[in-house]
Amino acid sequence: MNLIRASEKLQILADAAKYDVSCASSGGNRKNENKGLGDSKANGICHSFTEDGRCVSLLKILLTNHCIYDCAFCVSRKSNDVQRAAFTVEEVVDLTINFYRRNYIEGLFLSSGIFKNADYTMERLLRIVKKLRIEERFNGYIHLKTIPGASEELIQEAGLYADRMSINLEMPTEAGLKLVAPEKSHEDVKKPLHFVNQQIQIYKADTKLIKSTPKFVPAGQSTQMVVGATPESDLEVMYTADRFYKDYSLKRVYYSGYVPIREDDRLLPSIGSQPPLLRENRLYQTDWLLRFYRFRVEEILNEAHPNLETEIDPKLSWALRNLHEFPIDINKAEYDMILRVPGIGVGSAQKIIAARRFGQLRTHQLQKLGIAYNRAKYFIRCADTPFLSKDWQPTQIKNFILGNSHGKFQKAATQQLSLF
Amino acid sequence: METYVFDDTLEGLLTLIFDWYNRKPGAILVNSEKHYQPSAFNPAYVVSTDAEKATRVATGLQKKLTNAGWRNFYCTFLSELPEAFQHLFQFAVYVFSDVENPEDNYGNDSVLYVTQMARKVEREKHHLEAFIRFQQTSDGMYYAPVEPKYNVLPLIAKHFKDRYADQPWVIYDHQRRYGLYYDLRNLELINIDFQKHNTSNLPAPISEETNEEMYQLLWKDYFKSTNIASRRNIKLQVRSMPRRFWRYLTEKQVY
Repeated sequence: MNLIRASEKLQILADAAKYDVSCASSGGNRKNENKGLGDSKANGICHSFTEDGRCVSLLKILLTNHCIYDCAFCVSRKSNDVQRAAFTVEEVVDLTINFYRRNYIEGLFLSSGIFKNADYTMERLLRIVKKLRIEERFNGYIHLKTIPGASEELIQEAGLYADRMSINLEMPTEAGLKLVAPEKSHEDVKKPLHFVNQQIQIYKADTKLIKSTPKFVPAGQSTQMVVGATPESDLEVMYTADRFYKDYSLKRVYYSGYVPIREDDRLLPSIGSQPPLLRENRLYQTDWLLRFYRFRVEEILNEAHPNLETEIDPKLSWALRNLHEFPIDINKAEYDMILRVPGIGVGSAQKIIAARRFGQLRTHQLQKLGIAYNRAKYFIRCADTPFLSKDWQPTQIKNFILGNSHGKFQKAATQQLSLF
Repeated sequence: METYVFDDTLEGLLTLIFDWYNRKPGAILVNSEKHYQPSAFNPAYVVSTDAEKATRVATGLQKKLTNAGWRNFYCTFLSELPEAFQHLFQFAVYVFSDVENPEDNYGNDSVLYVTQMARKVEREKHHLEAFIRFQQTSDGMYYAPVEPKYNVLPLIAKHFKDRYADQPWVIYDHQRRYGLYYDLRNLELINIDFQKHNTSNLPAPISEETNEEMYQLLWKDYFKSTNIASRRNIKLQVRSMPRRFWRYLTEKQVY
C-alpha cells in the first residue's frame, strides 16, 4: 500500500463519512472459533474519542464519494466542488485488518456514494465484506449500509456477512426530504428495511430449529435522521422514530444535528450557524425514555406539547406536568413508577427494588445508592421523610432544580467585570 | 482492636477470614503487608497463607453468592485499596451470616461498597480493552505497555486471547512490573523487569518491514479527519477518555 495515496484517500473518505453518526459496535455475537482474527463483544467498545467528544469505535469510511445524487444536505452531492476519491477493495481490507490488529478499532463501518447505480455499488460493498470474512477470517464488527434500490439477492447475501445494516431516512418527514432531496423518498428506505427485517425474523426462527443456521445481521438494523435542517417539530421527529422502531424492529434511531456545510443557502442553515446540539441531546433523552424507561411517545410529546423543553430534560418535564402522580413511596411503589422519578435511572431503580426486601429504605441509604437525590427528593418519600403539608408548584420545583444544577449547555450567567 | 495482616494475595485474605472464625477476636482491622504500619496500641496478628483454608472459604462464598457476586468480590480485591480489604472482610462475614441473597442488600455499607468498587474495577478493565494500543515490533510481536489504576490484567486476559488468537502479543503493566504473553498457543504471566535493562518506559523498537510506522500515521490521519470541528467539545472527550491513558495512545502522540 502506498502511504501517500492511502493517506490522501483516507482523509477524503473519512471526512465524507463522519456525518453518519451511527457509532455502535454492540449486539454482535461472532465468536472467534476459527483461530482467526477478532471476536465481537455484545456490549461494544469505544476505542477513542475525538475532540468533538464523539467516540471512534469503527473505521468509518466511504468506499467512494463519487455520487450520482444531488442531495442538498450532503457533502458528497454531485454539484459540490470537493475532491473525489475511491478506495480499492484491497485497501479497505488492509486498513481494517491492520487497524484492528493494533486495537485501534472494533471493526468496519462501510458506506458509499452511489456510483453508476445501486446494484453496482452494493456489489462492491459486498465484495469487501466477503473478502474480510472469508479470506481474512475476520470476526470483528461490520456495519454495512444497505444501498436503497439494490437487488434483494445482493442485500440478502450481504446480510450473511454484516453484523448491522442501516439505511438513513435523512429527513424526519417525507415533505422535508422532498424539499432537500427531490430524487429520494421514504418509500425507498422502507422497502429494504422491511426486507432485511423479514429475513432477520426468518433466520431467527430457523436458528431455533437448526442450530447451525448462519447468522443474518445479528446486531439488527438502524437508521438516522438529520434534525434542524428542515422545519420539523420534535413531535414529528419522535413519532417517525417511534413508528420505525415498531414497524421494522430497529435497534437504534440516530438523530444528527445538522452541521452546515454550504454558504448562503436558500434551503438550509448556512456555514457559521451552530449545530443544534441541545435539541439533539433532548431527542436522544426522549429516545432513551421510550426504549428503557417504558414511556409511550404520546406521554412526552402531544398536541399540547409539540416540542421538548430546552431548559429541562424530558423526564423532569413530564414529571412536572404530572405532579398528581407524585410523591411516590420508594418502599412501596412499583418498578415502572420508580423508573419515572427524575433523578433515578434504570440501575438505581433495580437496586431499590432489590434492597427494600431487606427492610424499609431510609434517606441516607438512598443517597448512597447513586441516585440524583437533589432532583428526586421532590417526587419521593422514604421511611424517614418528614411529613410536609406544603405542596410545591411545578414552577417552584423547576426553579429549585435549575438553581442548584449546572447543565452542560447552560452558559455561565456571570459577566466578567470590566477592569476600567 | 486487633489488626489482621495478610500478604496481599487473595489466598491470604481468604485465610484471614478463616482464621477470624477460628480465633473469634470480635471486631478487627484488616490490613495488607504492603500498607501495614505497626502501631504501639494495636496488637497485630500476621496471617500465614494456607491454600487449604483459602479454598474452603472460597467454596463457601461461592456457594452463598451468585456468579456475579463472587466476581464482584474478586474485582474489589483487585482494586488493591486498604479500605477495600476491610470491606471485603465485613462483606464475607455478612454473607456467612445466613441471610438470603446477601449481595442484594444495598442498604448494608459493605455490600454497597463491594458492588460499587467492583464497578469501578470493571470500568478500568473496559478502559484497557478500549485504550490499549499495540505496536508491532521487529520480531513480529505486538506489544502494548499499560499503567492501569487497578490490577486488571487478570481480567482482560481472556478478552485479548479470544480476540487476537492469530498474532503473538504482550501486554505489560509498567506499574506492577508484570505482563501477559500470548504465543499463539498459550497465555502466560511474565515478570521481566524492563526498567533494569532499559531506563525508559518506551516500548520495544518498532520494525520497518512490518510497516508499523505507516499504520500509525494512517491512524492519526483518520483520527484527525473523523473529527467535526464545529462540534468541538474537549470536556466530553476528556471525560470519556481520561488523560492518564493518553500517554500510550497512538493517536495522541505528536511526532
